[in-house]
Amino acid sequence: MNGQSLDPVAPSRVFAAILLRDLTVARRELPYFLVRTALQPILFVIVFGYLLPKMGMIPRGYSTTMLPGVVALSLTLSAIQSVSLPMMQDFGFTKEIEDRLLSPVPMQLIAIEKVVAGVLQGIVAALFVLPVARLIMGPIPGLTFGNVPMLLAVTILGGAAFSTIGLYLGAGIAPQQIGLMFSVIVAPMIMFGCTYYPWAGLSHVPVMKWLVLINPLVYVSEGMRAALTPGVPHMPIVSILTALVLLTALFMALGLRAFDKRAMS
Amino acid sequence: MNAIETRQLRKVYPAPAVKKRRGAPAAPAAPPAGIVAIDALDLTVGEGEFFGVLGPNGAGKTTLIGILTTRVRITAGEAFVSGANVATESATVRRRIGVVPQRPNPDRSLSVLENLVFHATYFGIGRTEAARRGRELLERLGISDKMDAKVDQLSGGQQQRLMIARALTHEPRVIFLDEPTVGLDPQARLALWEILRELHEQGRTIVMSTHYMEEADQLCDRLAIIDQGRLLALDAPAALKAKAPGDTLVEVTFDGDASVAAEAARGMDGVSNAEARGPVLRVFSKRGGELIPALIDAGERHGRIVRDIHLSRPSLETLFIALTGRNLT
Repeated sequence: MNGQSLDPVAPSRVFAAILLRDLTVARRELPYFLVRTALQPILFVIVFGYLLPKMGMIPRGYSTTMLPGVVALSLTLSAIQSVSLPMMQDFGFTKEIEDRLLSPVPMQLIAIEKVVAGVLQGIVAALFVLPVARLIMGPIPGLTFGNVPMLLAVTILGGAAFSTIGLYLGAGIAPQQIGLMFSVIVAPMIMFGCTYYPWAGLSHVPVMKWLVLINPLVYVSEGMRAALTPGVPHMPIVSILTALVLLTALFMALGLRAFDKRAMS
Repeated sequence: MNAIETRQLRKVYPAPAVKKRRGAPAAPAAPPAGIVAIDALDLTVGEGEFFGVLGPNGAGKTTLIGILTTRVRITAGEAFVSGANVATESATVRRRIGVVPQRPNPDRSLSVLENLVFHATYFGIGRTEAARRGRELLERLGISDKMDAKVDQLSGGQQQRLMIARALTHEPRVIFLDEPTVGLDPQARLALWEILRELHEQGRTIVMSTHYMEEADQLCDRLAIIDQGRLLALDAPAALKAKAPGDTLVEVTFDGDASVAAEAARGMDGVSNAEARGPVLRVFSKRGGELIPALIDAGERHGRIVRDIHLSRPSLETLFIALTGRNLT
């Protein structure tokens, strides 16, 4: 027998190979992926960013408030779904992930790869929705792309926070409960995520203003506001970034633990 | 170096949580006993051996393979594969093993060839080399015409071959197969046997679990018979068969409890052992079929009617029944 199978393999190489697998599959499914993650935000844009302003039921400047929220929504929805949905299926019945769990690296690296792939898919969705939304809503007063570092930071940290949430849900929830996950967790998160209104606006309802702080989406929406439309009142940047870092760390820890439980009996 | 070594291996699964119903009387506090799947198992498998793990469903076969392939946590004891500790050096173990699962689990988002190419890259093999190996393996396993097909277009037998090809792409030292022929038609099963023989001739260590006696008998150099997580016998199939009670097993099924007939059978000439399991009377005897009229009589005297009679020559099957008091399937 040759001694080849004794050579250790660099974990970074295995990581890259597994990431390439996920990106290859994602690229093939791009149309479905975009429909799944971008359709909902775009429909909102059509109604609230185009139809209602046309009817005069919503002031024209509303698009400035709404655009960052819609971008945040696309980023987070796609990040959470890209990680959680395939993982539920894999662990639940297809067991397809087994061939990666048998690769010669620590198993947690497989979970981390899923998170990275989730961030990348979130970025693709956000990059798709941004120009489409701008096209539908027309010129958006106060929109700027000048704040690149903040935009990058919010995109990456927001994607990471929601990919890790996806990891936690994907490894922790049985496939039969997917419907429940969307109606109980995702739907309220969208409604109370400061996507369609700025956090500062909640000053009219002080209880809500504090309650929504448990919602991770709030920080991504506000972060996008700080980056894309700095003129709109938003949460302090330091609070936003700190919250996103803490959320990522928390859900990474919870997610890895849940993953470990499912990967080994 | 041994291909596999286990020392006092033990695996206990946590007992399934019992939901307490409101209003129901509190159950007596039972100790949190788990389910013992593997118990004090000592095994050694040599390099290049074709090793079989034989046992009925629930014997602990899948758990044992799960432990050796680093997918099941050990409760106590130690296990080594190709010199590496499965608990503390699991990535090293995974580098050296190929695994064929009980139920094919190909990557359904990829084509047949891509399944092999991507899998090889997970083991650090370059794409060009991976594609070369993938083509060669598909050729060898007779599914190269399906190279670009979707996995779903393969039959059960073809998917199982794909799993074997996948397990071989990274040139593992030890190949594990967990009941690889379950659910295959007889033809596909024989074809798979040929493939396994060939792999064995190439000098690979193969560990296969099965509950088919014939399969174990035909393929394996040595066999471990396990039941309820314990090792009952370990030897070459021929040696095990020699250990089987040198008598014919007569099984008579009555329409009611067979213990009265067992009592009578023990006194009969040439009977080495007789026992009743519910309505089934099992008698090991040198006289084989000659005994049948007397056994029927013994039952009828107590008002029992015979439903079924079965004779088995000394075999792994009869040894298994003698060891465990249970049928294999």
